[in-house]
Amino acid sequence: MKYLVCIKHVPDTETKVAVHADGNRLDPQAVNKWGASPYDEYALEQALRFREAAGEGEVVAVCAGPQACQATLRTMLATGADRAVLIEHEALESAESLTRAKALAAVVAKEQPDMVLLGKYGVGTDEGSTGPMLAELLEWPHVAAISSLELDGPAFTAARAVEGAVEIHEGSLPAVFTCEKGLNEPRLPSLRGIMQSKKKPIETLSPGDLDLDDPSSTDPKLRWDAFALPPARPDGRIIEGDAETAAKQLVRLLHEEAKVL
Amino acid sequence: MGTILVFAECRDGAFKRSTHEAIGVARRIADGCSGGVSVVAIGAGAAGAAPGLAAYGADRVLCCAEEALDSYQGQAYAATIAAAADKESASLVLAPASAMGKDVAARLAARLDAASACDLTAIAWSPEDGLKGARPVYSGKAIVSLSVAGSTRTVATLRPNVFPAPAADDSREAATETIDCPLDRSGLRVRTVRVETPEEQELDVAEASIVVSGGRGLKEAANFSLVRDLASALGAAVGASRAVVDEGWIPHKHQVGQTGKVVSPQLYIACGISGAIQHLAGMSSSGTIVAINKDPEAPIFKVATYGIVGDLFEVLPALTQAVKDHTSS
Ligand SMILES: Cc1cc2nc3c(=O)[nH]c(=O)nc-3n(C[C@H](O)[C@H](O)[C@H](O)COP(=O)(O)OP(=O)(O)OC[C@H]3O[C@@H](n4cnc5c(N)ncnc54)[C@H](O)[C@@H]3O)c2cc1C
Ligand SMILES: Nc1ncnc2c1ncn2[C@@H]1O[C@H](COP(=O)(O)O)[C@@H](O)[C@H]1O
Repeated sequence: MKYLVCIKHVPDTETKVAVHADGNRLDPQAVNKWGASPYDEYALEQALRFREAAGEGEVVAVCAGPQACQATLRTMLATGADRAVLIEHEALESAESLTRAKALAAVVAKEQPDMVLLGKYGVGTDEGSTGPMLAELLEWPHVAAISSLELDGPAFTAARAVEGAVEIHEGSLPAVFTCEKGLNEPRLPSLRGIMQSKKKPIETLSPGDLDLDDPSSTDPKLRWDAFALPPARPDGRIIEGDAETAAKQLVRLLHEEAKVL
Repeated sequence: MGTILVFAECRDGAFKRSTHEAIGVARRIADGCSGGVSVVAIGAGAAGAAPGLAAYGADRVLCCAEEALDSYQGQAYAATIAAAADKESASLVLAPASAMGKDVAARLAARLDAASACDLTAIAWSPEDGLKGARPVYSGKAIVSLSVAGSTRTVATLRPNVFPAPAADDSREAATETIDCPLDRSGLRVRTVRVETPEEQELDVAEASIVVSGGRGLKEAANFSLVRDLASALGAAVGASRAVVDEGWIPHKHQVGQTGKVVSPQLYIACGISGAIQHLAGMSSSGTIVAINKDPEAPIFKVATYGIVGDLFEVLPALTQAVKDHTSS
């Protein structure tokens, strides 16, 4: 079996967001650490577990973005992926989700995996669209935000939490899955893994190599016109007094002033 | 002119408030450009309920009343909505940004090769100018204003709880039509085999208008009862910080924050939560925020509308009592 794991290269979640001078995007200068989007770690872990349980198979990590993504892919190799593919283009990192999904679909066509695993959503755009879009482009089934996944040959059973319920899906591979926290406990790269990763290949492809349009010359359908910090919240008020007095005062304010009770 | 198509999410034959909110938004946009609102509903369960959608603003209801599609099937749903969009010549398709709505909207955007705008918290649209919208990005640490040109087909999802649902007007009527799913269902390789609903129905943090969350300040799992008691007095959902989810005190579906759920209820009460940047990312767009923490320097106070500096083991029972007194008076 071949598992393709899609890794988005994103700012660390500790990042204090700052606005770029252009006014319509994040200032990358403000980011001191980049890495795989947190949900992508569940995707990689799941692929590694399937490969280990089967005693055979190949896990390929794929990323679309600038050259800097190599470092993130190298970490995935150190964690256990067998090889990596980078579709290298500066514009792919901030490209709209359908453009990213099309780039990933081209890699799927080339690699012919049995399964594609992605994160529930990527830090930044917070969309969670890439996985379902990729599945639609491939005309494959997908299950999004899975909390469990079991395989029985080509048959799978996946669970996903929706508002107030859990859906159980059954289907057959090849398929696309996006991974939710709780699916597994991701491992960290081991020292041995880090050593081995240096010998593992990262294949770099240009959009042209995959017969994709040049992302910098195609107009995006959706544009970001302005990127701003959220409006500052008005100064809060500390309610004084012992627990009982403060509690009563709070209920009164919630009722009379905030009008939420 | 221009028709706006709304995907109505139907579960167990009923539509949720987030669907009514989306129809309300479509109605407001359509009234501004003398357009129409068509609503597509899928599944046998949708058939009976469909006429009720008129009350929220639908002019036409397209129903694909197939039993096999009672439960969600992404490919079939996307193909059916795409067929409805073509039939209605809709250049804007709206859906609630719920688990199902987001899922199908992404597939639909790929199928139509359309622009995809997710989880909007503001929206304006006209056939000439296209879409202008806004949404939080970086888990709410920034807001982006976005646009799509008028000539570009657009699929947009709307964040629940942000756009008020219109009052139902039962005198409104809509023409109802039947549509078919254009896909050959034998070729689909996944289906929902069951939907498990917990016996005790819990409010979901992403949908509730009040959320009470607990953090490590609760000291141990059993003390979550203090948070639950306050939540039940308020009719609120129970949320949690990641620290206590990782401890296993409460399941992940309750987690609020960057790697949990992003919520914007009218009232958010944080109990024994320090206010780490990843937690703030998930709740700082809430209407009113209350923080209860014994440390006056805790960062959560920076976003709080009201703060109580104190021991939650004293404050929470007192607050639960004060809420009960208020409700019964
Ligand atoms: C990649 C990544 C993603 C993350 N995602 C999330 C996320 O989605 N959501 C999230 O919440 N966190 C997330 N975190 C974790 C986050 O950084 C914090 O560790 C976490 O939010 C802390 O939880 P807490 O506030 O409950 O605990 P603590 O930070 O330990 O705070 C406990 C608070 O309780 C107060 N307290 C203690 N005793 C009492 C008492 N008797 N009465 C009143 N107050 C008391 C203390 O003063 C303190 O402020 C993430 C971290 C990373 C690295
Ligand atoms: N540029 C990219 N390269 C590789 N994978 C990506 C890229 N963008 C998105 N993905 C995958 O799609 C998931 C969802 O991303 P998004 O739709 O942007 O929220 C991520 O968790 C990744 O698994």
